[in-house]
Amino acid sequence: MQMIRVGAVEEFEDRSKRVVTVGNAEIGVFRLGDDFHAWRNVCPHQGGPVCQGRLYPLVRENLDDQMKSHGRLYDEDKLNIVCPWHGLEFDIRTGKHPGTSELALDPVTVQVEAGDIYVLL
Amino acid sequence: MDADITKAEDHPVQSIDTHTDTRDYLAHSRRDAERKGYVDWLIVDVDAHHVESVSWAEVTEYIEDPVVRHQATMYQKERVGAPPYGLNGDLGLRYQDVGGRIPHQSSQREKVEETDVHRDVVLTRRAMHGLAVNYMVLFPTPMLFLGMHPQTEMEVFLCQAYNRWLTERILPGEPGIVTLVVLPFNTPDEALKMVEQHADNPNVIGFCVTSTRYKPVHANEYMKLYRAIEESGKPIAFHAGYHWQDPSLATCNTFLGMHSLGFTWCNIVHMTNWILNGIPERFPKLKTLWVESGLAWVPFLMQRLDDQYLMRQSEAPLLKKMPSDYMRENCWYTCQPMEKSNMRALECTFEMINAESQLLYSSDWPHFDFDTPSVIHDLPFLNEQSKRNILGLNAAKIFGLNPKGPKAG
Ligand code: FES
Repeated sequence: MQMIRVGAVEEFEDRSKRVVTVGNAEIGVFRLGDDFHAWRNVCPHQGGPVCQGRLYPLVRENLDDQMKSHGRLYDEDKLNIVCPWHGLEFDIRTGKHPGTSELALDPVTVQVEAGDIYVLL
Repeated sequence: MDADITKAEDHPVQSIDTHTDTRDYLAHSRRDAERKGYVDWLIVDVDAHHVESVSWAEVTEYIEDPVVRHQATMYQKERVGAPPYGLNGDLGLRYQDVGGRIPHQSSQREKVEETDVHRDVVLTRRAMHGLAVNYMVLFPTPMLFLGMHPQTEMEVFLCQAYNRWLTERILPGEPGIVTLVVLPFNTPDEALKMVEQHADNPNVIGFCVTSTRYKPVHANEYMKLYRAIEESGKPIAFHAGYHWQDPSLATCNTFLGMHSLGFTWCNIVHMTNWILNGIPERFPKLKTLWVESGLAWVPFLMQRLDDQYLMRQSEAPLLKKMPSDYMRENCWYTCQPMEKSNMRALECTFEMINAESQLLYSSDWPHFDFDTPSVIHDLPFLNEQSKRNILGLNAAKIFGLNPKGPKAG
């Protein structure tokens, strides 16, 4: 296993990302709070550059207790990376698509050591 | 630890947005084509788009009617806060980019420094490189609504102008860019003139009817048109579209729902009328191509029409075989957007339409539901010859394209 330095923790703002290359591999590294997550930059849908997309909070339906809808809301606790090819969204913590268990991002192990971020390949 | 540590490089394109170069946008598609080996295959993309309204001031210069041309010129020069001259459609209801999630659908503001050819040629070439296609059939975008225009003559003016602009300014810039001339179908005599005008142009490989319209395709006034197209040896395509003002979609509150149905519904209706009125019997050599409705509607309609036809054959006396036989033998289909959440259903669809000879690859680039050639290449149930047929050879056959590519002798 190879340990690859991505950068220092302080280079990442909260809710930000960086896409890096290691040889032929492309990896997206994401910060959410104190946690870091890394995913291959290959979308499970059609192989698009998923980590080069934009970040959006998860959208929820705003239902009241009678099941009436009052439109939609952003859930700021959940952040999705959106693949720019066709818009599929994936939770940056879990890599899962919010609407199906069939599609998920390919994970890469991240380590934080002495203020630096590493990915293991 | 230090000895084993490698430093990652920053990717040169951190975030894809409306300014991203198409080649960067599609870099993964190009890489797939190279890695998987189909980069050297003949690939014909039967349906890609440009946004002709970006060049609308140029297009309207080609309007033949001098008064309308003058109006258009003044409008394009002076009118603010309005869509391009004469175009109908859905104004601000264009939610295809899902609120900015799919930037290439909104705009391609990338740098173009080449000045030897039109900007649309440059953008199309970049897409052809990214998708690894040899031929790209270029269609307009906002003009897909023209069949619903309240002024039928405006469909004629704008189709004439666009077709002349496209064939004179765009197509000569790159031999792999070809088109299906868009017909002002609501005015059959003018559509016929347009066929006669463009039939001999080698860059015009067929004729296109935009499907969102309420004219019945079996009306007697179209028979001269179909005869002329049949004689040209080039196919007629029905390019699907949506129209949110269609009363049958009035209850759909999401673009998702309206678009899912709209893009199939118009072709379901036209196909039904086309087959039941026996147009394939009247013009047996006329090839029809059904574009951008995906594929899942086809098995549904085959089964549905066959079922009802057997009970009511007297209402369709021209038919000599089952509706599904015509749909399989006389019709060709483009694959995009290829529904594939159920692979067994897709495989069955391929069998039902005889995909090996009747199916053609299309990307629909740069629209939000575009397909790369890998959607066909990666199918587990196709052999290599079928993949090559669908990706390019079937199109080469029905359009008379060079199977070695546009630049080969
Ligand atoms: S490839 Fe990512 S959304 Fe389609």
